Amino acid sequence: MRHKSLIAASILAQLVAGPAMAQETDIRSVRAEIASMRQDYEARILRLEKRLAQAEAASSRAATTAAHAQSTVGAGTPQPSGRPGQRAVTSRAVTSRAVTPRAVTPRTDPPAGAPDSAAETPASAAPAASPAPPASGNSFNPNMAVVLNGTVGASRRDPAAYRMPGFSIGPEVRPVARGFALGESEIFLSANIDQALYGALFVSYARDNTVSLEEAFIQTTSLPGGFTVKGGRFKSGIGYLNEQHAHAWDFADAPLPYRAMLNNQYADDGVQVRWLAPTAMFVEIGAEAFRGDALPASGAANKGFGAFAAFAHIGDDIGAGGEGGSWRIGVSELWTKAANRVTGADSFNGDDRLTIVDAIYKWAPGGNFADRYVKLQGEYFHRLERGVFNGQGLAATQQGFYVQAVWQFAPRWRAGARHDRVWGGSANPGLANPGLAGSALDPGGRVGARESIMLDYSTSEYGRFRLQANLDHSSGKYDPQILLQYTVSLGAHGAHNY
Amino acid sequence: MKQRIALGLLLLVLAAVPARALEIFACEPEWAALATEIGGDAVSVFTATTARQDPHMIQARPALISRIRAADLVVCTGAELETGWMPVLLRQGANGRVQPGMPGHFEAARFVRLLEVPARLDRADGDVHAAGNPHVQTDPGNMRLVGIALARRMAELDPAHAAVFQAREQAFRGRLDAAIARWRTEAAPLQGIAVAIQHKSWIYLLTWLGMKEAATLEPKPGVPASAGYIAQIVDELPRKGVRMILYAAYQDPKPSEFVSGRTGIPAVMLPFTVGGTARAGDLISLYDDTIRRLLAGSRGNAQRD
Repeated sequence: MRHKSLIAASILAQLVAGPAMAQETDIRSVRAEIASMRQDYEARILRLEKRLAQAEAASSRAATTAAHAQSTVGAGTPQPSGRPGQRAVTSRAVTSRAVTPRAVTPRTDPPAGAPDSAAETPASAAPAASPAPPASGNSFNPNMAVVLNGTVGASRRDPAAYRMPGFSIGPEVRPVARGFALGESEIFLSANIDQALYGALFVSYARDNTVSLEEAFIQTTSLPGGFTVKGGRFKSGIGYLNEQHAHAWDFADAPLPYRAMLNNQYADDGVQVRWLAPTAMFVEIGAEAFRGDALPASGAANKGFGAFAAFAHIGDDIGAGGEGGSWRIGVSELWTKAANRVTGADSFNGDDRLTIVDAIYKWAPGGNFADRYVKLQGEYFHRLERGVFNGQGLAATQQGFYVQAVWQFAPRWRAGARHDRVWGGSANPGLANPGLAGSALDPGGRVGARESIMLDYSTSEYGRFRLQANLDHSSGKYDPQILLQYTVSLGAHGAHNY
Repeated sequence: MKQRIALGLLLLVLAAVPARALEIFACEPEWAALATEIGGDAVSVFTATTARQDPHMIQARPALISRIRAADLVVCTGAELETGWMPVLLRQGANGRVQPGMPGHFEAARFVRLLEVPARLDRADGDVHAAGNPHVQTDPGNMRLVGIALARRMAELDPAHAAVFQAREQAFRGRLDAAIARWRTEAAPLQGIAVAIQHKSWIYLLTWLGMKEAATLEPKPGVPASAGYIAQIVDELPRKGVRMILYAAYQDPKPSEFVSGRTGIPAVMLPFTVGGTARAGDLISLYDDTIRRLLAGSRGNAQRD
């Protein structure tokens, strides 16, 4: 009954408020009227709430009624805009009404002691509404997230003795460790630097307690003409998986071509320029220049301008709202110079040219990715390596690809399958230069291939457990592997790239 | 005022284009509908998602990146609803005009009073939103407030059409106010009815109509129910006098229908946003259809499309 009269009052308040917006001349008097009405109702609401709190036995029913009474009054309250001058009018009201959320939210953990009388004290109400940011030195701290992951694995062959016939691979390229092993633990900080720049830092701690700076870059946010410039250390925009962090991958390990030709992923110090075309279809081109210190580049050749990359992406929705799926296709080139590159026992001086073609397609029923979806992706790598390898002239072509499908078949459950393959040596079956026979670059007629399947379960958007099995022939020998992995992220909500 | 006019003129000169429609990127269909009500032919509206899609779980699709690039104004819910995808779009969309803090970035949740603001922030509580429950569009009173603010923002960005936006917004508000009065009468029988909800998307609707949320089929926001939890719900609902189980058009109806099948309590699908049902073609009919379905449900009829 009491709240019926409040409803009537709120209709009145709305009728008053409506024309008030129209006739700007009356606005002051109407505002005063509203303010006095609000004071009146707030006093009544407080009284009502006290009574409700006392009659707490049927707590949920009482709370909802109180919330209703408050909100109907609130609905008649004009909150015309977020402009600072007018905010002052409403902020007091917001603070005093902040008891509502505490009252309506069904609480799993009732605060110890007196349940609801406490809710009316300003101290406990304040944190709930908080329209004003806290005035502390930490207010402008960047977003922070931590990624933790670890594996337990078993394999027939010792990962430490891993080789890829036809490729001279970097030291980080290994199958997942046997037994229990902590993966890379990452700390991620990011924030807008100011109105023009965004910055991010990814620090990663490896299992042997070494720290590596995965990415540390600044990026423009407001250049005109569709341009974005990024500088610092970052993962190159070539390919599809290269730019993603390993914890966002759908399998626990990198596809073979990434292993063989990019030492898992290519990140280096440099600068990137992207241009997004002003078209309805997604069309993007980009160019990068790097120091040239990361495999397959080495030695910061050309006085520290040792690697260059270029890429183009197109993509679009199929159907409105992507109801028929969405896709992206890309072509990338990476030119790297190696000055005294040492991988294992091998040395190389010369140039690499890597071409990547990638394609991805995602589909969900009605474009709703909440419960079920399918994700298909594949990348093809082609590399031309020219120079001097272990003192011998080299002109070798290497190729590889992977294709994979991931299917979320039930909320939180996904299954995936992947096939990947690499093959090296310029003129298979033998190398162009017979002097390289028997070296790491001699595939000996073997093709590295692997089949993988995985099943993962997510406890939420932030936690995932994955079971993966590989039939790995990439070392030229049969090596079945099985591993269980967890990947979790805590802290700031990370938005994921397409 | 004079400064603003001068600035507007300057912008017009700088833009040096024949009067072109304001490009609006709407994150969800309800804001697309509102922008269209206010803008009419003077705006061109792109809707990023459909009523059949869970707005929490949108992919940062390439097509959305290119649409961000073209936008003069981005209209989203805010309150972290789009936190899984908008930051990527904004970073890759290479458009300084629509970055947070710019006039071209509009978050509806800033203009209404948010409910269910968590008293503590812990992901152990499920998918909680620090700012409060973001599903504000289920109460037409909120739509009214957001409309006022949006019309102002649009006028600020496109002063040439300011009068059009203002007039159209007032006309819309007039229709909405009349409808709100009508809904109050129509929905009177819903007062005090206890309902179960599948996800915490309905607090604004329930508060508006004076209905009571007696149970949630998700043990915590965004966390699907275990068999044990569902069994407990099935046991509880009749005792709590629950008359309907509500779920949104974009949600999988299975949990609601399972509980409905066990308890005989009707499961009622609500449009949730414009386009969620065939009848919910615009904002007014969104609430019309919502109330129609609730009334039918309260009489014991299941409503699904």
